[in-house]
Amino acid sequence: MNVADKKRVLREMLFARRFEERCYEAYVERKIGGFLHLYPGEEACAFGVLEAARPGSDYVITGYRDHVHALKCGADPKALMAELYGKETGSSKGRGGSMHIFDVEHHFMGGYALVGGPFPLAAGMAKAIKMKGGDEIAICFLGDAANNQGTFHESLNMAKVWNLPVLYVCENNLYGIGTRIDRSTAVIDQYKRVSGYDIPAKQVDGQDIEVVYAAAKEAVDHVRSGKGPYFLELMTYRYRGHSMSDSNAYREKDEERQWSGRDPIIMLRDRLIEAGELSEDDFKAMDSEILAQIENEIVKFSEESPEPKVEEVDKYVFAENDPWVQGEAH
Amino acid sequence: MAEMMYWEAIRRAHDEEMTRDPLVICMGEDIGVAGGTYKATKGLYDKFGPERVIDTPISENGFTGLAIGASFLGVRPIVEIMSVNFAWLAMDQIFNSAAKVRYMSGGQLTAPVVIRSPGGTAHQLGAQHSARMEKVFMGVAGLRVVTPSNPKQAYGLLKSAVRCNDPVFINEHELMYNMKGEVPDGEYFHPLEGSEVTRQGRDVTLFGYNISLHWCMQAAEILSKQHGIEAEVVDLYSLAPLDREGIRESVKNTHRAVIVEEAEAPVGVGSEVMAIINEECFFDLDAAPVRVSARNVPTPFNHTLEKASIPNAKDVVAAVLKMFGK
Repeated sequence: MNVADKKRVLREMLFARRFEERCYEAYVERKIGGFLHLYPGEEACAFGVLEAARPGSDYVITGYRDHVHALKCGADPKALMAELYGKETGSSKGRGGSMHIFDVEHHFMGGYALVGGPFPLAAGMAKAIKMKGGDEIAICFLGDAANNQGTFHESLNMAKVWNLPVLYVCENNLYGIGTRIDRSTAVIDQYKRVSGYDIPAKQVDGQDIEVVYAAAKEAVDHVRSGKGPYFLELMTYRYRGHSMSDSNAYREKDEERQWSGRDPIIMLRDRLIEAGELSEDDFKAMDSEILAQIENEIVKFSEESPEPKVEEVDKYVFAENDPWVQGEAH
Repeated sequence: MAEMMYWEAIRRAHDEEMTRDPLVICMGEDIGVAGGTYKATKGLYDKFGPERVIDTPISENGFTGLAIGASFLGVRPIVEIMSVNFAWLAMDQIFNSAAKVRYMSGGQLTAPVVIRSPGGTAHQLGAQHSARMEKVFMGVAGLRVVTPSNPKQAYGLLKSAVRCNDPVFINEHELMYNMKGEVPDGEYFHPLEGSEVTRQGRDVTLFGYNISLHWCMQAAEILSKQHGIEAEVVDLYSLAPLDREGIRESVKNTHRAVIVEEAEAPVGVGSEVMAIINEECFFDLDAAPVRVSARNVPTPFNHTLEKASIPNAKDVVAAVLKMFGK
């Protein structure tokens, strides 16, 4: 990444952080309902990997902690926030919610709430890419705890057997909801679990975006060049609870302090300041601009948007007017 | 019209659709090199190759999910799950991914995947290879469920299912693959919704589907010849959605209904059809509707117990005679 890229990504990450902090506020105000899983602290994972890939072209899929991946793929933040508000103008027309953000136009193929559900879906998208002869790849982001699902093993096996262009990114934040990894998982280093499938795998620091980017570049190149699947493990930490209903009581304060000292946004900011590429004032101005945009454009849009119509509750269950449902003699 | 076997009809639909569209693929356990447990994909591996006729590992949730993911990008997978009992393992992907993705994405994404699987009691396969599961599939919003009772339907329903933009589950039966029947020589697309009157009658309607449709037809012949009762037989080839209008029209004419299913009664096709009759045409009834269904037990291994656990044409006749006070 050159300096211009770093500055751009710093802004994008800061935007994502502020966007989600505003989601938190709206949730507390009860303007957003349901579940809300936030990503603060893990931003370098999505941004570092996708910066090394082709967001908007490569097919990206993830679990329920999905807002930031969607933003990086190119999703309209207004439609994203409106979806959290459950509005008709939301990306899923208010039918999906926080855990089910989709932006198919930008190849963000969704957030899924069943832990481990996206593993085979990503392999399937990779199969489709291969059949169609494109040079896109499929990228699946999931947490460490998803690796205890059968779909993890089933999908790695199939991806290798069929040499599919899929990159599995493991965001290892050390907790499956409230259970620490060493209490649920026999092997803490997730990349080691992949060796049984003869798939190249690597573990790197997930807080330093330049480290993530470098590792992701190698991973993406491997997959895109037709060499088959790759597994990249990023060691990271979420600064909030699993979801809004999580009091976070299961984590040691020392551990939290240690990780908060490695905030991916602050790390990149300080590095740019040290290099003389950015001033404190530049950063503050950037932050103010972002906050104003979120408030004046995004939140305003979401609050003023209409609710879906009750008479359209059945819409989107099945394809509309599909001629093959009636059958035809051709 | 040429006569062919049920498995040949399914094979022909695969062959035609795969020839027409390079994005149609099929996958499942032993369907390629081995030619398929029921021969439904026989010869396709040699014709279309391993990229399109895919022998999968024994990972039902994994390969079904993979097919669904491929369908997001326009591939049209036909998945064979060797026995419907194994489809339990793929329920997560079928229900949580395929059936819901269109709704959850506000219509942005759809999963045009076809999943074929045989259920039913065959010959002493035991409790874990004999279950009927259509009742489970038909209760989920966003999934179409069809069940062919003859080779023509087996061919035409698969043809339409491959082209339809919704996920379709095709419920087949272990005992029906060698059944013979006429299939149109030209391409034929069977409707995925509706029902078919396969025998007209005025006294009682027998509702059946898949194998139980044949018990209904046999029972109707016996009732006509031996008891002077003319039964109408309705084939519910679409279980989701059920044909409310077809059910109503028939019961309005006959005023009596018997619903026949191989599955055990609780939360089944019979209870659903009864509910529809109650909602649609209760005051047309001359008698309370009756279900003929399996005993509520895991399917026994012993041959005699196995046969006793599921209904047959005689049970249908007995139910009708009881309804008529005979």
